[in-house]
Amino acid sequence: MSPASRGFFGRRRPVADPARVPPGQYVTDDFPVLSAGPTPHTPLDEWSFTIHGAVEEPVSWPWEEFLALPSETVTVDIHCVTKWSKLDTAWKGVSVDVLLQGVETSVDYVTAWSDGGYTTNLSLEEVTGGKAWVAYEYGGEPLEPEHGGPARLLVPHLYFWKSAKWVRGLTLTPDDEPGFWETYGYHNHGDPWLEQRYQGD
Amino acid sequence: MEALDGNAIAGQLFEYFGREMTTAVGTCAHCGAPGTLAELVVYVRAPGAVVRCRHCGDVVMVLVSARGTMRVAMDDFHLLDPAGGRPDASA
Amino acid sequence: MARAALPGRLTWQLATVVEVIEETARTKSIVLEPPAWQGHQAGQHVDVRLTAEDGYQAERSYSIASGPEDGHLVLTVERLDDGEVSPYLVDELRAGDELELRGPIGGYFVWKESLGGPLLLVAGGSGVVPFRSILHHWAAARSAAAVRLLYSSRSLDEVIFRDELMRLGTDGQVDIRFTLTRSWPEDWEGYRGRIDQELLHEVAWPPQQRPLIYICGPSGFVETAASALVHEGHEPTRIRTERFGPTGT
Repeated sequence: MSPASRGFFGRRRPVADPARVPPGQYVTDDFPVLSAGPTPHTPLDEWSFTIHGAVEEPVSWPWEEFLALPSETVTVDIHCVTKWSKLDTAWKGVSVDVLLQGVETSVDYVTAWSDGGYTTNLSLEEVTGGKAWVAYEYGGEPLEPEHGGPARLLVPHLYFWKSAKWVRGLTLTPDDEPGFWETYGYHNHGDPWLEQRYQGD
Repeated sequence: MEALDGNAIAGQLFEYFGREMTTAVGTCAHCGAPGTLAELVVYVRAPGAVVRCRHCGDVVMVLVSARGTMRVAMDDFHLLDPAGGRPDASA
Repeated sequence: MARAALPGRLTWQLATVVEVIEETARTKSIVLEPPAWQGHQAGQHVDVRLTAEDGYQAERSYSIASGPEDGHLVLTVERLDDGEVSPYLVDELRAGDELELRGPIGGYFVWKESLGGPLLLVAGGSGVVPFRSILHHWAAARSAAAVRLLYSSRSLDEVIFRDELMRLGTDGQVDIRFTLTRSWPEDWEGYRGRIDQELLHEVAWPPQQRPLIYICGPSGFVETAASALVHEGHEPTRIRTERFGPTGT
């Protein structure tokens, strides 16, 4: 390890309750913006959320209908694989359980896909049972484009690259198909408490 | 979030290839546009560096540092000179 | 300075901080003595890495402000308000400290005397830093190339290397043009406002003279300047660009 730089601490915040911080993470008060590409700007009258793929019948909601779905407000901790964690973040959105209601499928995996081409893979088990949402408000305000607005996937129990920004749909798949970062070496599952950052961890 | 350019990953590419790479010229596998690596669009604020073609915007290269090892996937930027960049290519 | 060549190696080394000099309210120059420096070309940069007591690390790149012939290594760093590394380098670092760095890095955004001119340098905010290195090399090499610098800053107080640049300008050696974008003194005789097509048309050499053009600053600034110059008729292959993160233009 490199010798310590005298007096350097960085923008981290000392943590009151270390039990809330997964191994190797540092807490921040900021909300860093990370991106693999330019921020998309899909007009709301062209936006829709779709569930398709290995399903009996695809289902899709335009924006106004999506907002009319039963929603929840949740406060969760989020953990980015780049080592920052942010505690007590407040979101409003539609539970993926609600979105999957009535969707008939026999497969076990989903690929979340977004405007701009980003994808990430998850097991159906990881996005159901109250563990995932499609969120359109953050901190009581409409979700800003740089943070994934109008809507992003929110799966706080996994590393935050799985919470796809600018999400437009879920494709149900029989196999676990690596998404963008997973293809380039990041872990298929991504549990921060097991420090599953990279393939092979 | 402003994108940078290939200069921003010069050090990481040198680490991986063992030589200066930003002067390397290649073509985008998606749209065929030629370009110098230094002039590609680079997003560094990410779980890795994502490099895109300046003309069509598609991803041409991804750099990930996993457990201290740099990995470079350059599948979609086809180098014209397989030997890579020369340190002082004049304009 | 040692000039042993180490092809294919880019290793981290601990440089001693010799001096920290205030350039503007937000910018400092850091004079360094690396133990194994091979020399550099004007326009190159270094990667700097900071490590906290608990092992936390942050890494950033900074352009070299000193010329290859200057005899010492200088980095000039602007403090970004929400930065992780720059506030430490500008507010905390002091003479006697050690700074981990590797370099020199970069083969694209470099100018050597042998490349000739005329030479047009277009800088936005801290984008001027690599141009100081180029200007020092130009002088040390006694280059016959005509050189012109167009430098955009928010205000006179934020012009980095102001005294040195103004001296170079009044000496008549280099054609230095400033533009201030947010505020200027009442008696300001330089340009006002952001760099645009009109200003570049006035300042740049005609395309027939085929100047070598270097543009450095935030991405938006570089895009604007580069497209305007191509629109003017300059060959894209004669234009070199280096985009920084946010800075004060």
